[in-house]
Parts: sequence; structure tokens; C-alpha cells
Amino acid sequence: MGNYVKLILLGMVAIVAAIAVNWGRDLAYQVHAALIMVIAAGMFIYVLRNTDEPKPLAPDPLSGYDDGVVRYGVIATAFWGVAGFLVGVFIAFQLAFPALNFDWGQPFTNFGRLRPLHTSAVIFAFGGNALIATSFYIVQRTSGVRLFAGRLAWFVFWGYQLFIVLAATGYLLGVTQSKEYAEPEWYVDLWLTIVWVAYLIVFLGTIFTRKEKHIYVANWFLLSFIITVAMLHIVNNLAIPVSFWGSRSVQVFSGVQDAMTQWWYGHNAVGFFLTAGFLGMMYYFVPKQAGRPVYSYRLSIIHFWALIFLYIWAGPHHLHYTALPDWASTLGMVFSVILWMPSWGGMINGLMTLNGAWDKLRTDPIIRMFVVSLAFYGMSTFEGPMMSIKAVNSLSHYTDWTIGHVHSGALGWNGMITFACIYFLTPKLWGRDKMYSMPAINWHFWLATLGIVLYASSMWVTGIMEGLMWREVDDQGFLVNSFADTVSAKFPMYIVRGLGGLLFLSGALVMCWNMWMTIRGAKPYTQPVSEITTAVKGV
Amino acid sequence: MDTYSLLRQIADSWVLLAMFTFFIGCAVWAFWPSLKGARDDAAGIPFRNETTAQETGDE
Repeated sequence: MGNYVKLILLGMVAIVAAIAVNWGRDLAYQVHAALIMVIAAGMFIYVLRNTDEPKPLAPDPLSGYDDGVVRYGVIATAFWGVAGFLVGVFIAFQLAFPALNFDWGQPFTNFGRLRPLHTSAVIFAFGGNALIATSFYIVQRTSGVRLFAGRLAWFVFWGYQLFIVLAATGYLLGVTQSKEYAEPEWYVDLWLTIVWVAYLIVFLGTIFTRKEKHIYVANWFLLSFIITVAMLHIVNNLAIPVSFWGSRSVQVFSGVQDAMTQWWYGHNAVGFFLTAGFLGMMYYFVPKQAGRPVYSYRLSIIHFWALIFLYIWAGPHHLHYTALPDWASTLGMVFSVILWMPSWGGMINGLMTLNGAWDKLRTDPIIRMFVVSLAFYGMSTFEGPMMSIKAVNSLSHYTDWTIGHVHSGALGWNGMITFACIYFLTPKLWGRDKMYSMPAINWHFWLATLGIVLYASSMWVTGIMEGLMWREVDDQGFLVNSFADTVSAKFPMYIVRGLGGLLFLSGALVMCWNMWMTIRGAKPYTQPVSEITTAVKGV
Repeated sequence: MDTYSLLRQIADSWVLLAMFTFFIGCAVWAFWPSLKGARDDAAGIPFRNETTAQETGDE
């Protein structure tokens, strides 16, 4: 019965998409309509061929849980990670060498179109897939039951990939509603809303059917991430399409209200997507890898509620010295500074989980990645509140210091913890003892760490330098530097930043090779000591 | 009084008080002495249910 409904829906979608290809008012809309038409038609045939063929969703032979979707998620995370880092490295060098914008590739290879491609690929594609995959893994094990509506979980996975592809191709074709980190237009937003509601149903359903009495703290963080992102996404994307057959829309808010809504969204995307969600990962995988329970479960409860209550108010610090009322920007500043405390509470809770097992830092490169990610979490949650103070912000705002801050958080905290989780999950999910190569994890660790250090330090230097250059006045009160002066002064630091990104990317490639070898089931080559000694004696 | 001022006044007073009370309640609840066993039990959740065959804590 369900299949007949599906067939009718898919058929209708394919037909409407076909009409949209014909009537579409702009190229991007037509391309997207063609894509949806092909996918809907393909799915129609797939569903038709499987109709009345009962195919129950079998539990995973290894764990008894629904791990197929997690496996896909882990691979998607690695794939989008490399794609996002690659675009990032490329646009970093575009800033150093503008010729890399390529005249022959205009407008598609323009920095302005590639930049949202990079940010969305790393935040939503890499980070989002990591969150979806790990949350499905965590919620099953901490609830003691399989996923609620396992097939819907597959819809969430593939639906989310479609969202990524629509968003990414849209950027290249010039579709944007000009909201940072919320660039996709109305029809992509609607699609993401549907996928996200399905995600909430799967996650909440699993928690409702749990066998454990208590809801483990990781699930609290993950649930708050899912619910808050839904709320942020819907409010910030309130827009009226110009036409059903075109990609353009008009925002409901305007002026300073629009700016405030945008940064209420933007900062809480950081707070709940990149912080709360990843803290959920931290509270499960750090204890698992360390082999000991979290340092203080009580502190984790305080951490959770303090983070939830404070983060939501911090957004106005993005709008210091603008048309935003002074009280609102002061409120944002104060809450950002208070937010430092729960953030460090969480960092201490994660780090102290290793209390009594610090020796693992020496022997276990995965633990080392977790510790470095927590260290970067601590550093960027100190730097952030500091930069939100109005006096500091008057120097740092609009400079590359902000970019350095974001990357020490994103590469250091989100990137490192995701890599560590991938190294934890890959052997488990594919039934191997451990990763194929431990030295390769070490290589990845150092490449990534060095890359982040180069990135962050060059951005600090160039950011503070340009901030000081912009405000420098001579004894007559005239500005000393023109904007172009700062651009040429920043050139060496842009090269260092690009190289840092290159190191980070190479680390991720080493990880992909390591994953490939682990999944293939390759055995590392080890030569018995006796053979080596006889070989040496023979010479 | 216009809607903005009314809502602003409610938010400034009662809603602020309610949220703060809720937060303090959470903090007290987290450290409630008789719940220590429950906290320790919850902290052990990641080490159970490695596979579906394994037993959960309260059974």
C-alpha cells in the first residue's frame, strides 16, 4: 500500500519537475528541476520494481543495530570533507593570487561563488553528515534499541545529500538569498525542512522507545541541536518566492530586523550545529575511547542547561556599531562573555575524563586528536567572548582575525573531533580490529595540527595588522593607509594561510587512504623480527 | 500599551524569573545528593548496549 502512495507521489514530482524545466525562469532553477526530475523518475522505477516484494530492514549482523546508514554517513563525511577543504585551499590561494579566479571561467569560478560553496561544504556537508551519522550511532547504543523508522533514516541520509547537491550547484549557478550560511533559496530551504523533520522523528522516536531509563547526556545535546536548527532555519528563511517557477524570493524581514534575525541564526548555527551537536559526539566518544565514564555527569547537566540558556542571546555581537540598538548589542556582548564559563566547564569535563589515563595520550593517537580538539574548543571559546567585547570588536571586526577565529574553532574543534570519531567508527562499523595504519593517524594528527597553527597564527597577525592600519591617522587626523595598502601588506600571510590549508587537506587525504585500506580489510605488512636479524646477519 | 512594550515588560520580569528559576532548579537537581547513584548509573550508559543482545541498566 505504502508503495502505491510512493509511486503516485514520485510520478507527480517527476511531472511537475518536467514542467518546471520547461517553464523555469532562470538557469539554476531549470538545472535543479531537471535533476529532481531524473531522481524522481529513477526512484519511480526503483520503487516499481520492488513493489509487493517484502524486504524487511534487517538488523546489522555485527551489532544488531541499524548501522548501514551510519556506514554511508561516515563515507559521506570523509568525501565532503575533502571536497570542502579542497575548495577552501583553492579560494585561499585565490585571495593571494587573484589570477586564479580565471577569466575564462567567469562567473562560475569567481571567489564570490566559490566561497559559499566552501563554507556550506565544510559546515553543512562535512559537519552535517558527521552529526547525522554519529547521532544515529550514539542514539541506538545509548537507548539500547534500533532506530525508530529505520527506512526514514535512509530518507534523511539521501535527502540531506540532495540538499547539499542542490545548494552547491545553486551557488555555482549564482543562486543565493544573500544570507551568510543560509544562502540556499526557498525551494532548497523547504526541502531541508522536510528532511529535518524526518530526522527529528527518527531521533525522537528512538529516544521514546529506549530501553535505558535515563536519556544519556549526549542525546540531550544532539536533540537540542536538531530542534534549535529547525527553529533557526525556519525563522531565518521566511521568504516569499517571486514565482513558483523561479529561484528568486523576497525576504519577509528587512533592514535591521533582517540583520538581527540573520545573526541570531548565524551565531546559533555555530552554537547549536557546531557546538551542541559536536558536544554530543564528545560526551559519547571521548569516554568510549578513553575507556572510562565522563569526569562528572553532574557537570555535564549544568553544562547542557547553561549552554542552552546562554547561547541563544549571543547573536547581536555580530552587529556591534551598526544600526542595531545599543542595548541589544550590549546584551549580546554580556551573554557572549558569560558563555565562556559553560564552554570551559564542558572542556574541563571532556579533558578530565582522561584523569588517571593520561598515559593514553602517548600511545593512542585517537585520544590525542580528541584532546587537541578539546583544547581548540577551549581556545576558541575564550577568543570568541573576548572578540565580542565592543572595544576589541572595534579592532577585530571585518578583519581576518575573525576568519582565524572561525577556523581555529572549525578546523581545530569540529575537524579534529570528527576525524577522531571517524577513526573510532571505521573499524567498528566494518568489523575490523583497528585502523589499518596507526602511523598514518599520527601523520594525519601532525599535518592537521600544524596546518591549523599556520592558519590561525597567520590570520591573527594579518587581522590585527589590517585592523591597526585601517584606524591609523596622522597628526592632521587623516587616514594614513588606503584599503589597497592593507591588501598588499597581507600578501605573505595569505600564502602562509594557504599552506596551512594545504597541510590540513593532505592530512584528510591520508585519512581517506587509511579508511580505504581498513574497509578493504587489508592487513598491515609486518616482518617478524627474526627475519630482519637473519637478513642483517646475511649481509 | 503597544504590543512591543507589553511583551518586553513581561519578558523583562516574569519570563526572566521563570527561566532563571528553571535553570537553578536544573542545577540543584543535578547535584541532589540522593540522586548520586542515578548519575553514576547514567555515566555508565556508553559502556552498555554495545550490541542489541546486551542487557540494559535497569533490567
